[in-house]
Amino acid sequence: MKIDDFVRSFSEVFEETENTGFTPLTRFRDIEEWSSLLALAVIAMVDDKYHIKISGNDLRDAHTVEDVFNIVQKKQAELLEGFRK
Amino acid sequence: MIANMDNPFSLSDKTVFITGASSGIGKAVALECSKMGAKLIVTGRNKDRLDETFRNLTGAGHLAVTADLTENEGINKVAEALPPLDGIVHCAGIYRLVPVSYINEEVVKEVLGTNFISPLMLTQQLLKLKKVNKNASIVFISSIAGSLVSSPGGSVYSASKGAVNGMIKGMALDLAPKGIRVNTVAPGTIQTNIFEESAVSKEQLDEDIKRYPLKRYGKPEEVAFSVIYLLSDAAAWITGSSMVIDGGFTLL
Repeated sequence: MKIDDFVRSFSEVFEETENTGFTPLTRFRDIEEWSSLLALAVIAMVDDKYHIKISGNDLRDAHTVEDVFNIVQKKQAELLEGFRK
Repeated sequence: MIANMDNPFSLSDKTVFITGASSGIGKAVALECSKMGAKLIVTGRNKDRLDETFRNLTGAGHLAVTADLTENEGINKVAEALPPLDGIVHCAGIYRLVPVSYINEEVVKEVLGTNFISPLMLTQQLLKLKKVNKNASIVFISSIAGSLVSSPGGSVYSASKGAVNGMIKGMALDLAPKGIRVNTVAPGTIQTNIFEESAVSKEQLDEDIKRYPLKRYGKPEEVAFSVIYLLSDAAAWITGSSMVIDGGFTLL
């Protein structure tokens, strides 16, 4: 999983906001379009593209796109660890 | 236990089958029904948690069956193992929030399967196997979501619960000649662990609670008390109805 791909996928969840301005350090909660519905959309996007289930509680501590990326990466690693056992 | 002939709310001498009894509303329904004197058969997917419910039941002669009711095999296994029933309470259910543009067929099948198709097909099997006594009472746990309200991302979940609220009306008519009553209890948000791993965060729940006139979410046992009423002879003339229990949420 590359962070650039993740930032693009994350930006595509937004429909009203210009997708090109997103970086790993973008503070997504400050974007005007951000809402609880978009939080659900991010969760659905992560499930769809990365087959990782994150919860609303996982997401609430994240502020930047990179924070979300790290959560997904951590869950992915945990999942792999589980397979090895 | 003394059979209380003067108490129409008692469940003494009634055999009641409860799905989803390993946690949440189903567990509370099982515990409270046993206190009211019912003889129970409880089922759930998780053996350890189902055993925990089972150990805490009041009275003797209860039965626990571990089964996955989302599979035909599970439905048949349970249906055949059951004695004739005076009551059925369908509590097994799942909660998913997905914005409509992210819905896929998998989610739709999962949610409608667990919340609507499985309880319907289980009931069908029980009727076909003649496991439902005359004058029995069937209760489905639905929701205010679907028939009265919904929430962002709630289209699939609402569809599954709305489907139940609609279905019971036809089912009530089909089963009325046998005196079998069919109703739903339609709760607002109940404090259970259903949200722990969901897409809803704790802050969103705290904010949501403020929208309830009674300023709190419901307790699982409060749903159980409505279920007990619908199972009991006190509700002998109630069929095809949905009992809203929501702390006043839908008034606003």
